[in-house]
Amino acid sequence: MGKRALIAVTAFSAIVWIILFWIVPLPVIILTVIAWIVLLIFNKELGAKILFIASASAAVIAVGLICVFLFAQGIPAMLDIGVLNFLTGTDWRPTWNPPLYGILPMIAGSLYVTAGAILFGVPVGIFAAVFMAKFCPRRIHKVLKPAINLLAGIPSVVYGYFGMVVLVPFVRENFGGNGNSILTASMLLGMMILPTIITISEHAIRAVPPEIYDGAVALGASHESATFKAVLPAAKSGVTASVILGIGRAVGETMAVRMVAGNQAVMRMPHEFLSGTRTLTSNVVIELGYAYGDHRAALIATGVVLFAFILLINTMFMRIRGRK
Amino acid sequence: MFKKFFRKKPTDRIFFLASWASIIATAAVLFFVVGYVLINGLPHISPALFAVQFTTENQSLFPALIGTLMIVGLSLVLAVPLGVCSAIYLVEYAKRGSRFVKIVRLTTETLAGIPSIVYGLFGFIFFGVFLGWGLSLMSGAFTVSIMILPLIMRTTEESLKSVPDTYREGSFGLGAGKLRTVMLIILPSAMPGILAGVILAVGRIIGETAAIIFTLGNVARMPNNLFDTGRTLSAHMYALANEGTHPGEAHATAAVLLIVVILINALSSRVARFIKA
Repeated sequence: MGKRALIAVTAFSAIVWIILFWIVPLPVIILTVIAWIVLLIFNKELGAKILFIASASAAVIAVGLICVFLFAQGIPAMLDIGVLNFLTGTDWRPTWNPPLYGILPMIAGSLYVTAGAILFGVPVGIFAAVFMAKFCPRRIHKVLKPAINLLAGIPSVVYGYFGMVVLVPFVRENFGGNGNSILTASMLLGMMILPTIITISEHAIRAVPPEIYDGAVALGASHESATFKAVLPAAKSGVTASVILGIGRAVGETMAVRMVAGNQAVMRMPHEFLSGTRTLTSNVVIELGYAYGDHRAALIATGVVLFAFILLINTMFMRIRGRK
Repeated sequence: MFKKFFRKKPTDRIFFLASWASIIATAAVLFFVVGYVLINGLPHISPALFAVQFTTENQSLFPALIGTLMIVGLSLVLAVPLGVCSAIYLVEYAKRGSRFVKIVRLTTETLAGIPSIVYGLFGFIFFGVFLGWGLSLMSGAFTVSIMILPLIMRTTEESLKSVPDTYREGSFGLGAGKLRTVMLIILPSAMPGILAGVILAVGRIIGETAAIIFTLGNVARMPNNLFDTGRTLSAHMYALANEGTHPGEAHATAAVLLIVVILINALSSRVARFIKA
C-alpha cells in the first residue's frame, strides 16, 4: 500500500465529513439514514455490511479530520511567524509588542525530559520485563501482572499530584534547586513509561521460540546467560518497539509534566537539569485557555510540531514492529 | 533459587540481581504511589466533599463525579457501537490484507498513539470553534470517543478472533446467513472480551484530563444540558492541585480518583477472566 493512497483516502474522507457537517443540511442526512433503513428492511445482509464498512471508516475519517484541522490552522501560523523563527527562536514572549514566538526552548525541554525518562525507565523496564518472562515464579507473576496493568491505568493527574507532593520536595532537599526541574519530570516520566515497556517487552520475550533458549542451554549456558545473551537479542525488535512506544508516551505526556517541571519557557542546557523547563505539551496546556488571535494560532502550531514528532515516532514504531 | 546464587558466575549474578532489583523497583513505584495517595487521602474524605453544590468552602467533588458519569455515558454511546461494528467488519467481512483494511489498521494505530493534548487541541478547534459547540458535554464526549475508539476496536477484534471457527462453520452449516451468524453466534461468545475492553475504555476516560479541559471545560458545576460546560473528576483534581489552597481536599480527591480506577481495573480483569472459564 502506497503512502499516496493513504493520503488520498484520508483527505477524501475528511472532505466528506466536513461537507457532512457543514454544507449538507440536516434533511439530507436524515434522508440518507431513512434510505439505509429501507435497504436494511429489504436486504438485511447488504444493509448491515454497509453499516459495518461505514463504521470501519470512522477511524480513517477521524485521523483525516485531525490532520486537516491541525495543519490547516497550524501551518499558516507557522508561515506567518516564519518557520525558522518559530522552530529556532529561543524567546517565547506572546505578550510583548511585537510578540515573539520561538519554541526552541520547548522542543529542547521535551527532548530533555524524554531523554531523562529513557535513562530512568528503559533499563528498569527491560530488566523487569525479562524478570516477568523468564525469572518470575508463577505465583508472583499472578500478582505482578495486574499490578503492572494498574500502574498503566493510574491517571496522569494522580502521577502529577504524587510528583508535586513527593518528588518535588525530595529533589529540592537532596539535589538542590526549587524542586520543579527537568530531573523531577524525568523521574516521574520514567515511572510512567515503565508499564508500557514492561508489557510489550515481556510479550516480545515470550514470543521468542523456545528452541533458542533450549539451544543455548544445551551448549552449556546458564539460565541467565541463555536469557540475556540468546533470548533477549532474539526479541530485539519487540523490545525496541516497546522503548519507542514508551518514548511516544513520554513526549506526549502533558498533565504530569506540567505539574512538576516548573514550566519556565527559557532555553536550558543539559547541565541545568535542576532548573525548570517547559515542554511542547505543557506550552499548549498552560496557555490555550486564555490565548486568542495570533497567540492561539502559535499554540496550535506548537501542537502541530508535537503532532509531527508523534507521527515520526509512531512510524518508527510500526516499521520496527513490522520487521519481525 | 537463591540457594544457588553463590555458585553462579559473576556476570550471571549481575543479571540475576538486576532483574530482581528492577521488578522490586517497579513494584515499589506502584506501592509508593498508591500507598501515599490512599494513606494521605482517605482521612480527608468527608461528607462535605460529596455535597450537591460546589462552594469554595467545601470543594465538593460531587458535580465533577456527575460530570464524569455523563462524559463516560455519552462517549460510550458514541464509541462502542462504532468500535464494535468496525471490528466486526475487520474480522468477519473484510478480505485479509485488502488495502482498505491496511489503511484502517494504520489509522487506528495512529489514533492510539496521539497524545491527549493533541486530542484536546483538535476538539477545541473542531468541535468547539468550527462546529460552534463551545466548551460543552458534546465537544468533550465526541473528542473522548475518538480517543477510546482504537482501544475498543482492538479489544473487540481480539475477542472476535478468539471465537473458534467451528462456531462459524456450525452456524453456516445449519443454514444461518452471515449477519445472523455474527449477531447471534459470534458476538455473544465474544461478549466478555468486548466488555473488558469497554471497562478499560471507561478507565481511560476517567483518567483523561488534557483532552477534557479544552473541550468540556473545567467549571465546577453539573452540566444542565448537552451543550453546557462542566468538569470531570480528573479535571477537578487538576484544578485543586494547581490552586494548592485546599491540600486536604486535593488529597481526598486523588484518593477517590485512584479508588475508582483500581475498582475499574479489577472489574475489567475479572470480566476478562470470565472469557477463559
